This record gives sequence, structure tokens and C-alpha cells, in this order.
Amino acid sequence: MAIYSERVMEHFMNPRNVGEIENPDGIGEVGNPICGDMMTFYIKVKDNRLDDVKFKTFGCGAAIAVSSMASEMAKGKTLDEVMKITPELVADELDGLPKQKLHCSNLGAQALHKAIENYRENHKKGKDNDRE
Amino acid sequence: MKKVYLDNVSTTRLTVEVRQAMLPYFDENFGNPSCVHEWGDIAKEGIESARNQVAQLIGGTAEEIIFTGSGTESNNFAIKGLALAHQKKGKHIIISAIEHFSVLHSAKTLGKWGFDVSLVPVDKYGLVDPEDVRRRIRKDTILVSIMHANSEVGTIEPIEHISQITKESEVILHTDAIATAGTIPVNVQKLGVDALSLASNQFYGPKGAGALWLRQGVRINPLIDGGVQEDGRRAGTENVPAIIGSGKAAELAYDSMTTRIEHLVNLRDRLLSEIPSTIDHVVITGHPKHRLPGNASFCIEFIEGEAMLMLLNSKGIAITSGSACTSRALKASHVLIAMSIPHAIAQGSLLFGFGIDNSSEDVDYVLEVLPPIVEKLRQMSPLYSKFLKRGK
Repeated sequence: MAIYSERVMEHFMNPRNVGEIENPDGIGEVGNPICGDMMTFYIKVKDNRLDDVKFKTFGCGAAIAVSSMASEMAKGKTLDEVMKITPELVADELDGLPKQKLHCSNLGAQALHKAIENYRENHKKGKDNDRE
Repeated sequence: MKKVYLDNVSTTRLTVEVRQAMLPYFDENFGNPSCVHEWGDIAKEGIESARNQVAQLIGGTAEEIIFTGSGTESNNFAIKGLALAHQKKGKHIIISAIEHFSVLHSAKTLGKWGFDVSLVPVDKYGLVDPEDVRRRIRKDTILVSIMHANSEVGTIEPIEHISQITKESEVILHTDAIATAGTIPVNVQKLGVDALSLASNQFYGPKGAGALWLRQGVRINPLIDGGVQEDGRRAGTENVPAIIGSGKAAELAYDSMTTRIEHLVNLRDRLLSEIPSTIDHVVITGHPKHRLPGNASFCIEFIEGEAMLMLLNSKGIAITSGSACTSRALKASHVLIAMSIPHAIAQGSLLFGFGIDNSSEDVDYVLEVLPPIVEKLRQMSPLYSKFLKRGK
């Protein structure tokens, strides 16, 4: 498909980290089937780092490639480092995306950030419970 | 790698006979048909014989054929040109919700020019109810445009019934027959229309060659001003080779229509019955009976069309989809949405368009390649895992 870079095609054909994590520490779900794309990221956190990342994506070739790339970029990074992954960085790592597909890279970064926020939320609640 | 072209909805391959007919008009017979010399005469004779061939295909007369540059131009010409010519009578037009963008957007433009546009809905099969047309006709209605068939879902519309209604109300009826002319029998008298659009690249003729058939005596405003080509209704030096090709393609389509239809229907019916029996959660789109012979269209649930298209392309299969992601506007097909198919399901749209070159082996290959692709994408889909856990 001439509209996509080789790296997009490579990640689309062989996506990394597809799946779900049982009892994840955080879940980030973004998008909806009406706009065409939906992503769910699952994370496992150990020592403030993403020990494991998995995703499931409903969407086009770009959405799947973005999910795969974002999961690769996030794996092993600290939570703060992952929060600094921007849509532009994901798109750059994929050697760019067609203009009409740039919103897919927003979804990838958003889903990761949401998963971390979800983890922090759960974690905070955990601490509150400890105190009681 | 095996290559299987199943996107005859988008365009078809030129036949050898058509190419042979066109070739002399690129160089040897290069004259301008408007000119009064031998070179001009040869080109003029060529396009007049093509006019006869196209007229014969749809049961019209040669004088009623106006050659255009594409099906899109024919539709623009019909909608805008007829509305402008008859606006003294009124400024209301009626179209269906599933028209091609060349009709929909022309109507939108008319809206900006002060016309009032009413949309006729369709049922879940994409069928227009003629009574819905009747209900929308007003005193100031000047034009109704309903497509003969929708190429995306294959549904053939009841134009003969609609024309009875427009005749009673003395309203002009145009039909976009781009999906049908040259594919199934189309006869302007039988249909009872006043104007009809067609395009030769839909029936194994060249691109850049469309036509508008306009019933004798119906006034139209030209959209392209200039010389007196096409009886002053469409100026500009004619695309002679393309017009010659459209004539030859029309003649071949007319002569071999029955055998072509039989061939296409066999392939289509195999796919329509075997895809839903090999893959779960598949919806057939379009009408089960009133359907174009080469059209097999589906929605595969829980996954998205462009991803399927890309994986099919990697296996050498070319088809198309009405999913949001395949459209540059990022909107799901207005046709599927008008048929009340939910957005999430419309995203999984797949459209197989068979042509005369396809064979039963092509169907075998699709049935071999598609199920693992669907399985791969469903394993990735959050909608599918939710469905497995909770049901729909």
C-alpha cells in the first residue's frame, strides 16, 4: 500500500504485543467504533516501570501499526517517561503517517497515558485504603 | 503471487477489441471533429458511429446522446444543468439518500444557489419506496434523481415505478445508471426516464468517456461554455479515442450481455452463499433479489475494512470497502448508514465486484485467504474480545 511507509507496513503485518494482560495494573481505552478506531492498552507496572504492555485495536492499518509501535516504545520505560511519549514521537518512529491518518497516532499516545492515569488512580486508592 | 482483481466496481479492464478500435484515433485519425477537411471528417464519423452504439445500448436515439468526460460530469450536468434550465417553474429537487457523491454534492451546490433539496430514505436493503418519492413532490418540484442501482451494495431501484409518479406530476426524472448501463439491460423508454448518466469505464471501455442521454425536447443548461461541440451542450474538443472506445464497449456489452450476466451471477452467488457459511458474524448488505450481477457486499463484524483490504492486497486480492478509514473524509459510507447499518458494523464493509475476466478459481482463492485474515484481525480486536466475554 503506497500510502504507508515501510515501517508502518512492517508493524501492521507483524504487530508486537497484541493481547490482554490478566489482572492488569492499568487499562486505557480510547476511541470508539463510530469514528473508526478503538484501542485498549493493558499495563503491568513494576518498580515504577512498565514491565509489560499489551493492546487490542479495532481499526485501520495505521491504527494497528501505531498501537504496535506505541507499545514497543513504552515497554521498560518509567511511568514519567511514558507520559512524555507524544503522538508526534510515535508517528516519527513509524517514519510518518499520511495526513488523514495522523489522528491514529493521537489515539496510541492517549491510550498509553490513560492506562498510566488509571494505574495511578488505582494505586492512590490502594494507599488510601492502607491508611484506614 | 496469484493476482485477483475483484474491484470492478471502481473500474474495469479495457477489452482488446476496445483498445484495437481506439488505437487509430490516437495518431492516424487524429483530426479535430469540428474541422471541415478530411481529417476532421474521419474523426467526426468516428464519434457519430460511437454515438449510435451508445444510443443502441440504452434504447435511445443518437441525437439524444451527449458525450462527457466522465460519469461524474454526466451527473453534474444532469443535476445542475436541468435545475438551472427549469428554475422558473420551481426550485425544488428530490434525490435519494444513497446517491453517488457526484449527485449528492451537485445537489448540495444547488442548495447554496438557492434550491431546496429533499432526500428520499431507503430501507434496510437500500431500496427506495416510490411512494416516498410521491410524498415529497411539491408544486415547485422540477427534478427527481434516483440512481438505477447502487454499486456499493448492488441494490437495483424501482425506476419504472418512480417514473410513473414523476410523469403524473410532470417532473423531470434523471437516473444515474453508471452501475447498470452496459452491465444489465437498460432501456430509457422502459424505465420512463428523461435523462440518464453512464460511464464507459464501468463496462470495459476507457476512462474519460461518459455520456448523458437526454430525452429529445428536454431543455438543459450547458455547464461548459465554448464551441458548438455536442450540439452546443458540452463545449471542448472531443476526447475522440475515448469516445470511440466507449462506442465499441457499448456495442460489445449490448451483444454479449446475457452471457456476461450469467457468468457474473454464478460467481456472485457462490461468494454470497459461501462467505457467510465459512465466517461467523457476517452481514450481507444490499437486496437479496434486486441486485447487480457482479456485486457481493458484506460487513464483517468486529473488524475494520481498510485493515482487511491491506491484508487481502498482500495476498494479491484487490477489493474495496465503505469503511470510514478507507475514505479520505474518515466517514463511514453514507450508503450503509442510510440503510440503518450501525457504524461499528459499517466499518467492516467489504465489496467484491466481479468482472468478465474473473473465474471460479478466484472465488476459491478468496474463500481460502479471507477466513484467516478475519481471524487474525479479530484476535486483535477489543470489540471481538468484549463480544466473546459478554455477547453483543
